[in-house]
Amino acid sequence: MDVWVSIILSVCAASTPLLLAATGELVVERSGVLNLGVEGMMIMGAVCAFAGAQLTGDPFVGALFGIVAGAAFSLLFAFLTLILVANQVATGLALTILGLGLSGMIGEGFVGQPGIKMERIDIPFLSDLPIIGQLVFGQDPIFYASIALVIAVWFFLFRSRKGLQLRAVGDSHSSAHALGIGVLKTRALAIVFGGACAGLAGAHLSLVYVPQWVEGMTAGRGWIALALVVFASWRPGRLIIGAYLFGAVNIAQFHMQAQGFGIPAQFLTSLPYITTIVVLVLIARNRRLTMINTPAALGQPFVPDR
Amino acid sequence: MKKTIIALAAATALLGTGTAALADGHAKTKACFIYIGPTGDFGWTYQHDEGRKAVEAEFGDKVETAFLENVPESAEAQRPIEQFARSGCNIIFTTSFNYMDPTNKAAAKFPDVKFEHATGYKREHANVSTYSSKFYQGRYVQGQIAAKMSTTGVAGYIASFPIPEVVRGINAFILGAQSVNPDFSLKVVWVSTWFDPAKEADAAKALIDQGVDIITQHTDSTAAMQVAAERGIKAFGQASDMIKFGPETQLTAIIDDWAPQYIERVKAVMDGTWKQQDVWHGMDHGSVAMAPYTNMPDDVKAMAMETEAKIKANEFEPFTGPIMKQDGSEWLKDGEKADIGALLGMNFYVKGVDDKLPQ
Amino acid sequence: MRIELIKRADASPLFSIASPFIALLLTMIAGVIMFLLLGKDPATGLYTYFVQPLLDTWSLEQILVKATPLALIGIGLAVCFRSGNWNIGAEGQYLIGGAFGAALPVFLPGVDTWVLLPAMVLMGMLGGALYGAIPALLKTRFGANEILTSLMLVYVAQQLVDWLVRVPWRDPKGMGFPGTPSFPSGAQMPKLWQYADAHYGLVLAVVLAIIVWFVLSRTMKGFEIAVLGSSARAGRFAGFSARRMTIFAFCVSGALAGLAGIAEVSGTVGKLDDKLSLGYGFSAIIVAFLGRLNPLGCLAAAFVLALTYIGGENAQIAMGISDRATRVFQGLLLFFVLASDTLIQYQVRIVSTAARSA
Repeated sequence: MDVWVSIILSVCAASTPLLLAATGELVVERSGVLNLGVEGMMIMGAVCAFAGAQLTGDPFVGALFGIVAGAAFSLLFAFLTLILVANQVATGLALTILGLGLSGMIGEGFVGQPGIKMERIDIPFLSDLPIIGQLVFGQDPIFYASIALVIAVWFFLFRSRKGLQLRAVGDSHSSAHALGIGVLKTRALAIVFGGACAGLAGAHLSLVYVPQWVEGMTAGRGWIALALVVFASWRPGRLIIGAYLFGAVNIAQFHMQAQGFGIPAQFLTSLPYITTIVVLVLIARNRRLTMINTPAALGQPFVPDR
Repeated sequence: MKKTIIALAAATALLGTGTAALADGHAKTKACFIYIGPTGDFGWTYQHDEGRKAVEAEFGDKVETAFLENVPESAEAQRPIEQFARSGCNIIFTTSFNYMDPTNKAAAKFPDVKFEHATGYKREHANVSTYSSKFYQGRYVQGQIAAKMSTTGVAGYIASFPIPEVVRGINAFILGAQSVNPDFSLKVVWVSTWFDPAKEADAAKALIDQGVDIITQHTDSTAAMQVAAERGIKAFGQASDMIKFGPETQLTAIIDDWAPQYIERVKAVMDGTWKQQDVWHGMDHGSVAMAPYTNMPDDVKAMAMETEAKIKANEFEPFTGPIMKQDGSEWLKDGEKADIGALLGMNFYVKGVDDKLPQ
Repeated sequence: MRIELIKRADASPLFSIASPFIALLLTMIAGVIMFLLLGKDPATGLYTYFVQPLLDTWSLEQILVKATPLALIGIGLAVCFRSGNWNIGAEGQYLIGGAFGAALPVFLPGVDTWVLLPAMVLMGMLGGALYGAIPALLKTRFGANEILTSLMLVYVAQQLVDWLVRVPWRDPKGMGFPGTPSFPSGAQMPKLWQYADAHYGLVLAVVLAIIVWFVLSRTMKGFEIAVLGSSARAGRFAGFSARRMTIFAFCVSGALAGLAGIAEVSGTVGKLDDKLSLGYGFSAIIVAFLGRLNPLGCLAAAFVLALTYIGGENAQIAMGISDRATRVFQGLLLFFVLASDTLIQYQVRIVSTAARSA
């Protein structure tokens, strides 16, 4: 039984950064903006979180650094796409390329240093309960933050006035503008929120997952987060399913190898990516499901008339 | 942050005619290094860079060193190697297997520059030497320790690529373990990378969940050590002493010590005695060393030290028969020693490895 | 104070030409700031990066070698992006192209005729086109997002090629190390001159740039691409099929990426190994934009990008500036290109908030 608990814990750890980044991106896309720079914001979050923790000795301050770094970095995207109406796809790519390079430079002095790990919480008695003790009461703080965030985002999007406005902006910016909703302001806030989430996801990587700084340590997770948003057809609840499915596939490949199945390692490594493609197809096939939830104005620039 | 690399004034010197090192010592000898990873990986590249620093310390202002890090292991490597040769390097160390062809191609173009290629076998020109170390000797000692320390009788091995050097390490490890516990077995996970901490950590977690209680690795990051520390099991460091990543976890580590080799070869260039060679040194030459034996009882420590001493004195060689292949067929008869060709091209498992070798 | 955009009636011809140069200038300025932050002399830094590699023939040749795959892929992406399709997976098409082409010498050992190389080049283009067709078909048949599927296919291609060179195609004499046997001379792209590193892939890139430029600017197909790219609806009224265009665009960009792959395999490496993927497919996205999605512009842009690579190595050797700086330069360059492009379609005005009328 203990084995299963620790396997589930590994899956949770692998899924948390995906879930966080995807939640942020979901809000961004709901506002009608497609930011492909998740990978770049995530890696900036990772390096700044690590640097923050090393400099202050406190992993929580580090995580804060990560959030701020991700958010600040996303401002670049917001400026280009909202103010200068640059192409969103290309700008997102630029953000990723720049992020990967810049993080390498910032992190140069931190390579090879043992990091400060954000410890799992430990509630006396509760954390010691069999099975659920570790799963429910013994994980790292960012794990809880990720779950709370999904719930909060769900509540915000579907139960609050501001959330309704955000979705309106994403569905038709001209109608929203006509109704007096600040389209650019809403989108800017959404982008910054997305950046903060990606930053926290990066912080999880460099403070919890592997407490070290390594160049390119996001290793494509930002892109998987983007796929997850589509997978979840822009519904926060489904994000959890998607993120955990991915985390599980990721962990399963090593178990299958350790079991000595004799399947080529390359096939197992490509499993998560093949899964993404299959899922994208399955989701897209279900038109009804996608049509209802897809922000109609996704990726379209908005220039207010004056 | 960057160590003082080059005392070159600036750009202009780069493309100028390099100063040829003269045996009479008038000019500085320039030794240059091509690295696969960052110098701060605390594994493979870190140790090569330590070797470079040792050269600087040994010869002081008679040498000048330079390095390029993160050089991709492909035909791409030829350009930086040539750039080094053009910038006046007298001897160039290319420190990863896949620099083999680019090194030889560059050597053809620059016959006056000496090339030293690590872990390869091609010496197509008189100015190319190859060198490597018998890391597998250390693996054997690790295997023995693992068999003593493990309660489950299963160890986990995080492997990078199924190339002979890695397969050799896996086999030596299991042979060492079986010399203590004939039923010992080994689970292997291939991560298809030399350096990806998150992936190495995931592999370590999976192995531990599969019931191994000792982890060893042939990848370069310290992530597996950190996971082992968190899970409270023991692990071995790789390439460099990783004790600070697992003070209560590391049993020992194989340390690659390139300093003697680098000093010797740079000196040969200075003296004008450099000749092509192919060396494969082991513990006897000091190029493979073991980190202090820690976190283990005294009797295990004594056993490890004894084996290490025997290997060092060339009294014992891990690949000595009787050894069976994984399928149970005989490979080496009792007392028979593996020939060097079989070791260099090793592409099969010996008995006891719980994995199918990818090939 | 705020920035206000006013849409121009027509695209500004001045800025259409000037915007890449403005972007380069801005990148240089950012470079000066970066060098100062790193504590290096900015003048020497910029000189090492952008001028010095142009001053001797060896470096120039290296730039051309490096620019070849970037140009080929960039030209294909320009076509694709113009038509409004987002192929982010050129790296995968490049790899599969290399593998398809390499299949010939692998499966026909001992065959060494002049036909081999042209056949490999065609195979490479076919492989790239087929692999590029996958996201296109998934988009047209199922509506799956092509940005994500094409990108995911990059990772799959990397693993596939890795498996090929380690297992079925591995050189039996290679002592277990990954990689196919070295190709016979008939399977190697000839060099431009004796002892050169630059090979005929460069010539192919130049020729293709001219052909694609002609098609885009002087033919009906080019018009169709432009119309569908600006608006799928307008394209429908004109009787063009957006679906067929998606498949066409992906196949073209895939074929060119595949050509880049086989040119690299047969011209630079001489065999298929596990180190083919160097990110050209991604850097070529910068090339496409810096070249303003114009095939001839892409040639120039590939040269500029290759310059940053070679200059970056110079800077690492001579000044101890790490190779990350090169990637920062490239990212900044793309940013500034995108920002400068705004000037083509819009007039930018800076208005003080006080003067602003609601």
